Amino acid sequence: MSALLPPIGMLAELTHRCPLQCPYCSNPVELLKANRELDTAAWLDLFDQAADLGILQVHLSGGEPTLRRDLEQMIARLSARGVYTNLITAGVGIADGRIEAFAEAGLDHLQLSFQGARPETTDRIGNQRGAHERKLDTARRAVAAGLPLTINAPVHRHNIEQVPEFIELALSLGAERLEIANVQYGGWALINRQALMPDRDAVMRQAEIVEAAARRLTGILNIDFVTPDYFAIYPKPCMGGWARDAFMVAPDGTVLPCHAAHTIPTLTFERFGERTLAEIWEDSPAFNAFRGTDWMLEPCRSCERREIDWGGCRCQAMAIAGNAAATDPACIKSPLHARMATAVAEAQAAAAAHDRNAEFVYRRIGGAAQAEPEKA
Amino acid sequence: MNGRRERAVVSTDSVPRLPSHVRIQFDPVRQAHAVLSPEKVFWPNEVSLDILRRCDGKTNVDAIVADLARVYDAPREELAGDVFAFLQEWSDKLLVRL
Repeated sequence: MSALLPPIGMLAELTHRCPLQCPYCSNPVELLKANRELDTAAWLDLFDQAADLGILQVHLSGGEPTLRRDLEQMIARLSARGVYTNLITAGVGIADGRIEAFAEAGLDHLQLSFQGARPETTDRIGNQRGAHERKLDTARRAVAAGLPLTINAPVHRHNIEQVPEFIELALSLGAERLEIANVQYGGWALINRQALMPDRDAVMRQAEIVEAAARRLTGILNIDFVTPDYFAIYPKPCMGGWARDAFMVAPDGTVLPCHAAHTIPTLTFERFGERTLAEIWEDSPAFNAFRGTDWMLEPCRSCERREIDWGGCRCQAMAIAGNAAATDPACIKSPLHARMATAVAEAQAAAAAHDRNAEFVYRRIGGAAQAEPEKA
Repeated sequence: MNGRRERAVVSTDSVPRLPSHVRIQFDPVRQAHAVLSPEKVFWPNEVSLDILRRCDGKTNVDAIVADLARVYDAPREELAGDVFAFLQEWSDKLLVRL
């Protein structure tokens, strides 16, 4: 294995609490309650260690990170250490004056999610009436506070036809970046796969629209297109390679190579406080499990793309192949690649039949229990 | 609200600057200069860094090229093409304002 380099980016999930209940939330299905969250002093210590370790960018996320009353303090500490701060927010119910306080504390950038480009879609997906209007207000306040704005649009069957409207929305709000992010089917999104999976025609239309818009809006709006794995030929280089230049921290201080890594049952993770960040980065067994290429099986091991996509997503391999060391089934070279198309077809059939499985299981504590078969 | 914007095209009169959400910073861990931007960190080479450092919102492209020609002891015409191409690329990525 080549020499271990210091990490560049860190995703800090400050809390799992959130006013929205999006059925594709990237948080674990087993959500942590507030009493499990690290306190202010622990987060500040963690941020200091992250800066010492070489972290240059911190994404402050959740749940909804603005529910932490100490967020301003965290931003100020990171800013004082020269770390670039990106706030990832749902943008509903941020108290008056706080966005300005974040900017004052040194926040570099704000990313705001929109579940739909239309109010009825946003309100339905997040399961909160009036959410869309609140988000529009948040966007205006962020721009007025001088913060650069990214609009994040998670895309699935219920809003894929709204992609042109998302582009117009981003332009009208003065955003310079738009993420058209096809939902990644792990965790909550895997539970809701039947309800969320778009059909192939819609995916193809979306790709054409995004490509044309990216050309037309060069120098005006950066469009970041997170392509849908289930319609792919090659997998994404998930996290840019496992534990290669980034990691994430859960609300209780558990340090993971990616936000879904807890779905791999063979791995055990360490908590900040029990060990330092540097120790965890350097020799946590979970971090070393899939670093580099030595762990790879065929067809990855001898593949010329092994250092392009790093075998794809370990969590998707776990979810679909049942083996985290397998080739990501998104790859056409995976012997299980056909399962992706089968899942798409099943979702279409469920939608067409108005099957119960095509209804949302909303993200909330205990929500996943609904997905269990009902007892007679 | 910004409304509909237009793509900026670099000219000798452009006065480039870095937007507030893009900054050059020396990283003591890696002993190198990084350019920090939303979602991305860039590691510019020496020439790119010399161009970016001159994007101060006061100096026009003509003067930047002249200054670099002096520093590198290179013909202006030769440098101009590279500087124009670099600034257009970075402007198109919204990392430099023209």
